[in-house]
Amino acid sequence: MKILVPVKRVIDYNVKPRVKMDGTGVDLANVKMSMNPFDEIAVEEAIRLREKGVATEIIAVSVGPQKAQETLRTALAMGADRAILVLSEDEVEPLGVAKLLKAIVDEEQPGLVILGKQAIDDDSNQTGQMLAALTGRPQGTFASKVEVSGDKVSVTREVDGGLETVSLTLPAIVTTDLRLNEPRYASLPNIMKAKSKPLAQKTPADYGVDVAPRLKTLTVAEPPKRSAGIKVADVDALVAKLKEMGVAA
Amino acid sequence: MTVLVLVEHAEGAVKDATLSAVTAASKLGAVHALVAGDGDAAKAAADAAAQIAGVEKVLLASDAAYGHQLAENVAALVVGLIGDYDAFVAPATSNGKNIAPRVAALLDVMQISEILSVESADTFTRPIYAGNAIATVQSSDAKKVITVRGTAFAKAATTGGSASVESVATGGDQALSSFVGAETQKSERPELTSAKIIVSGGRALGSSEQFHAVIDPLADKLGAGVGASRAAVDAGYAPNDYQVGQTGKIVAPEIYVAVGISGAIQHLAGMKDSKTIIAINKDEDAPIFQVADLGLVGDLFKIVPELTEKL
Repeated sequence: MKILVPVKRVIDYNVKPRVKMDGTGVDLANVKMSMNPFDEIAVEEAIRLREKGVATEIIAVSVGPQKAQETLRTALAMGADRAILVLSEDEVEPLGVAKLLKAIVDEEQPGLVILGKQAIDDDSNQTGQMLAALTGRPQGTFASKVEVSGDKVSVTREVDGGLETVSLTLPAIVTTDLRLNEPRYASLPNIMKAKSKPLAQKTPADYGVDVAPRLKTLTVAEPPKRSAGIKVADVDALVAKLKEMGVAA
Repeated sequence: MTVLVLVEHAEGAVKDATLSAVTAASKLGAVHALVAGDGDAAKAAADAAAQIAGVEKVLLASDAAYGHQLAENVAALVVGLIGDYDAFVAPATSNGKNIAPRVAALLDVMQISEILSVESADTFTRPIYAGNAIATVQSSDAKKVITVRGTAFAKAATTGGSASVESVATGGDQALSSFVGAETQKSERPELTSAKIIVSGGRALGSSEQFHAVIDPLADKLGAGVGASRAAVDAGYAPNDYQVGQTGKIVAPEIYVAVGISGAIQHLAGMKDSKTIIAINKDEDAPIFQVADLGLVGDLFKIVPELTEKL
């Protein structure tokens, strides 16, 4: 079966985001950008399923600006077979992305779509669930284990109280949590090879999808700052402070 | 405006996250609460929900299909009920995050995730970039679908309400998914998201054995919940559901004790709204001290046992 893996180009995990002075957003000029970490885990899981003989082809897709090509090349270097870029220089909301992915699912008919559970820029945590809704497919969100057997996929999910396992009838949608796997690094030969793998370029109009935003961002502000408190000299001083606060008798 | 709030419940009791969602929803309009569940436990949860201050009506959907909160089944139920409502509100728990976007897409609505405040009927604030920025967003959708960050809203009182409980027709099983099993951590300690005090350990603990040997006695002494940084979870010192941070749990207890946690951005995102933060770390330049109200620099393996003993 085919596996579709959507990936997003986001601010690098290690960069501290700075809010623009004019309050219109976060400053992304000259900031290191990378593949969303949860999406790397999704790509890795797809590759492992191909290595196990479950998957036959892995298609990476990104909705984003021209530079999202780099993110798709990273997915290809990790091991995806081909890529689709749906070009949009404007930010597309999760609902719009889910509609585009639905159109691609209709065309490609993948047995599994594996997505990151959330992107670390807008932190929405919606696209996978929305795609599942629009395609009428079952969803296994926040996965820490994925096992395909026959026409079912068993997904162990990270939930508030611990773990939960659900069985989904294929085709299905899975979103990844941190512990699912540790993504591989692309080797230099694979990075070179990735340059010649096919990368198709499309637009939302090609799929007949309206991606006009439903949410308008009025302002983006810094969160209220916490100021540093005091340092105490030793445990006795800490205990005294805690007693003042009524924590210890 | 009338708002349908998804009640999070377990074993017949309403979970605290629901109470914050009720408070947020009541800023929008009249609150009706939906209990989707199975059998006596669902009935008990509905009766408890009817007591919550501010809830005007409880809808009870009792069906085996809802026993494990499968998103496919619960989302279909919500979509069937939503005609009478202007908004659907769920707590931003793993369950709410699983169900709400499925509802939103079925309604062709762009969800507003993890709201921190209600500015007006269509305008909300929400954290982006791991809480490093707060966006004020205005929705143009006719119906709103919203998840609520529990730590940002006061909990509605669990008594004082006298809502009627009305049974509603169920949508049955969508036959897309089934529940196989759960491994839940049974613990005597309070749940992280509702604990008044949390003791969290970081990578400096060095091993799973030392994590439990150092952190657990202090937590027991304080009646605290136990958390961990992502670094400690990644290193295998603590289970994943201990994780506090952007990708783990968001907590805001009265007191947060950070032991051997340096204070990476993504950890701070999960705990910086705690009322009082106490940090113990051997590195005096650790970023955790920039947000801590009380800091103690030194060897945690000496300090924590001494603190446990002297409290």
